[in-house]
Amino acid sequence: MEPIIIEGTPKTPTVKFDAAEGVFEIKGRSIPENSVEFYKPLVDWLDSYKESPLTKTVVNIRLEYFNTSSSKCILDVFKKLEAIHKAKNEVEVNWYYEEDDEDMLEAGEDYESIIRVPFKMVEIVE
Amino acid sequence: MSFNVENYLTDQSTGDIVLNYKGNIDSDVINHVLDTVEGKMVEADEQAKLRKKVYNVLVESLQNLYHHVDPVPEDFEDQSSDRYGLLIVKKIEGGYKIITGNFVNAEHIEKLEEKIKRINRSSHEEIKELYKFILNHQKISQKGGGGLGLVDIARKTGNPLDYSFQKYNDKHSFFYMNILVQDDI
Repeated sequence: MEPIIIEGTPKTPTVKFDAAEGVFEIKGRSIPENSVEFYKPLVDWLDSYKESPLTKTVVNIRLEYFNTSSSKCILDVFKKLEAIHKAKNEVEVNWYYEEDDEDMLEAGEDYESIIRVPFKMVEIVE
Repeated sequence: MSFNVENYLTDQSTGDIVLNYKGNIDSDVINHVLDTVEGKMVEADEQAKLRKKVYNVLVESLQNLYHHVDPVPEDFEDQSSDRYGLLIVKKIEGGYKIITGNFVNAEHIEKLEEKIKRINRSSHEEIKELYKFILNHQKISQKGGGGLGLVDIARKTGNPLDYSFQKYNDKHSFFYMNILVQDDI
């Protein structure tokens, strides 16, 4: 599978999905007006990856900001990961949040409570 | 006399104004507003925690306008804006105030007010649960909104939504919100 590599912009995150390594990363700001347009290709890609995933997939989410419209799309991403996990593959989500950013920590905990995949909350200390 | 947008804007534009805008709310305007306010908060050496909260609330407020405003009345001064809205960002003691305003069709008022009242009678814990419920169960609407904007604003600010509908004529009202983001939560 071809990896997905998208450079970040002020409103959309940097994305690196590498099927060969089994490491997926979303980083930066995700505040587009039309988040579905941005995330649909990622969700579709995960749908293909889901067919023959590596035995271990690591997902790093390191967002500075995301809007509520992205929050639904990010949930769609996690739902694909949940399906991979359910099919007896190892999936690990690392949810990064900056020191004192309780809102971002809580956002990670929201997903953790909805999605049945192991989450690790990782505090970034400057 | 019907509600006068211009007078309202003038009344609110006192104090330490960070930004003041009225007109079309499109993607470029949103970028510009976010850049400007973020830049000024950095200049003012605001703490990261407050800066992030203000930025988040501002994103949701602007995108609420972008996705949900109704058209302006036929006799309104600005007929060229597809999505007319107004925005004032003020620095106040211990935080920031974000004021937004937009037209709402009379028939949409009830539903919007219902939603706000539901949020305002909920505890912080209930708002968290409501957020998760909508996140998990509601699809993104045709307009592109997730139905989470107001819930998110209430959750992040920890304050009830302060709002008002001012009648413009029988078909249109002007809806404004007065959002307080404080640094001590």
